[in-house]
Amino acid sequence: MSALTDLSLAKMQSGLAAGEFSARELVSAHVSAVEAARPLNAFLVETPDHALAAADAADAALKAGTAGPLAGIPLGIKDLFCTKGVETTAASKILQGFKPRYDSTVTEKLFAAGAAMLGKLNLDEFAMGSSNETSAYGPVISPWRADGSSENLVPGGSSGGSSAAVSARLCAAATGTDTGGSIRQPAAFTGIAGIKPTYGRCSRWGVIAFASSLDQPGAMARDVRDCAIMLEAMSGYDPKDSTSINAPVPQWAAALNGSLKGKRIGIPREYRVEGMDPQLEALWQQGIDWAKDAGAEIVEVSLPHTREALPTYYIVAPAEASSNLARYDGVRYGQRVTPPGGSLNDMYEATRGAGFGGEVKRRIMIGTYVLSAGYYDAYYLKAQKVRALIAQDFERAWESCDLLLTPTAPTAAFGLGAKSADPIAMYLNDVFTVPASLAGLPAMSIPAGLDSQGLPLGLQIIGKPLDEQGVLDAGHALECRAGFTAAPQHWW
Amino acid sequence: MAVDDKMVARVAGLARLKLAPEEGAKMTRELNNILGWIDQLQAVETGNTQPMNAVMPITREWRADVVTDGNIAEDVLANAPEAAHGFFAVPKVIE
Repeated sequence: MSALTDLSLAKMQSGLAAGEFSARELVSAHVSAVEAARPLNAFLVETPDHALAAADAADAALKAGTAGPLAGIPLGIKDLFCTKGVETTAASKILQGFKPRYDSTVTEKLFAAGAAMLGKLNLDEFAMGSSNETSAYGPVISPWRADGSSENLVPGGSSGGSSAAVSARLCAAATGTDTGGSIRQPAAFTGIAGIKPTYGRCSRWGVIAFASSLDQPGAMARDVRDCAIMLEAMSGYDPKDSTSINAPVPQWAAALNGSLKGKRIGIPREYRVEGMDPQLEALWQQGIDWAKDAGAEIVEVSLPHTREALPTYYIVAPAEASSNLARYDGVRYGQRVTPPGGSLNDMYEATRGAGFGGEVKRRIMIGTYVLSAGYYDAYYLKAQKVRALIAQDFERAWESCDLLLTPTAPTAAFGLGAKSADPIAMYLNDVFTVPASLAGLPAMSIPAGLDSQGLPLGLQIIGKPLDEQGVLDAGHALECRAGFTAAPQHWW
Repeated sequence: MAVDDKMVARVAGLARLKLAPEEGAKMTRELNNILGWIDQLQAVETGNTQPMNAVMPITREWRADVVTDGNIAEDVLANAPEAAHGFFAVPKVIE
């Protein structure tokens, strides 16, 4: 494997600026890595032409002194972001062939900063899943394998193409989206870092909607600094997104500081769930010790409604999804199925029946049910009230601490198919990530260690609204002490 | 609150979702499992709590009520499964 693909994004920037290599060389090395990694099924569409054109533009701009912050940086884009002229399917059959006539705000910003898109990354269909197995175009295979095993493992989900590609050194960083843990859980499964900013930091415009009150784009990269650089380029107020936050974007990367002196880090007692894997518990304790070593004061806090977060999420998210996905009716874009002699209604039903996969149908059904007359109060309204209690739990916790430290996911990556038959077992993957999503808080996962099988485990840091800097700083402090350098063995 | 096949068929109709017969039976089982699990929320005391529908308190800015977009019919129709005479084409609606 070429050394250029092993560089951090920050090192790529400085190497390009110093003329140690050209953007063309850097991007070409990644284009080759992407081609060689097809067995992972991480990319749905490869766009080497886009990447190489951006590389040449970057080389010219570097020479002229007009290069943007991401000039010539090879990125992967989750296929939930609309990209002008490049097929965007959300890993669903119903959007097969859809070529947006515009870019999402986030990709527009990345391209304006000079980034080179290597392609569109696989994901769970409409971002609904925690293992990338619900993609209509086949699962993504994690580049990681347990020691001495050749069993295929999941890369997490829904941003499973992103996590696999970043961890396999196919791209410097990737965009992700997080609705209930879709950036943090796959980051943990593949030994990389991933941040979901405060709800509203990154524009949702042009991002295919799943659950609009929860969806938030974010960054995935191999270390915290790279996440900060990426997130800076993605964030900012967008009048086209009605929930976009109108606040300046701080210079997170420049301000990155690994000291936690004066910071109080809360350990929520309810996250210590019964039957927790002792290795995970030990890693969590290790994280607490690292935080202390970095100067933090550790306080125990309580988030009493933690247990209710997951069932709340599985009302709110499907409800919003059933409404958002009503637009796929075979009229304006995507696939259409017309039964012979059928009416317009028959066309809607046949199109949606053929175009959506099992998990998406399940969530549309749950959502439609909990919003239907007679059940709305008992389910949807109740869930919105419990959501308020969950948010209040966090507000109360912030009275005694500045950040929270928890595990990211309850287990390491599991085998392909291990949880596909039981939806609830799959949903439980997100038990530690969903509460922060419901409260709209910034949260990130950092690679903290390996389990006894040699598989990565992550720790999660949750911060106050708009305190991405605090989250990144704590992530950096832990990352420096964890010294995580493990990478997947190249088997593909 | 148990869901039966009839309810599943009704909800699928509301969602404009054609389910194959075997898909319907499986859906009934799965929805009952999931809804049974979700039912634990009923035990949470939410007496005076106001429902939350937005996590960040955002007030939208006012803007002039003017057209800011348009004249992109070709773009709008570019991805249509069927378009004719500058319109989306669908099966006959009026009998």
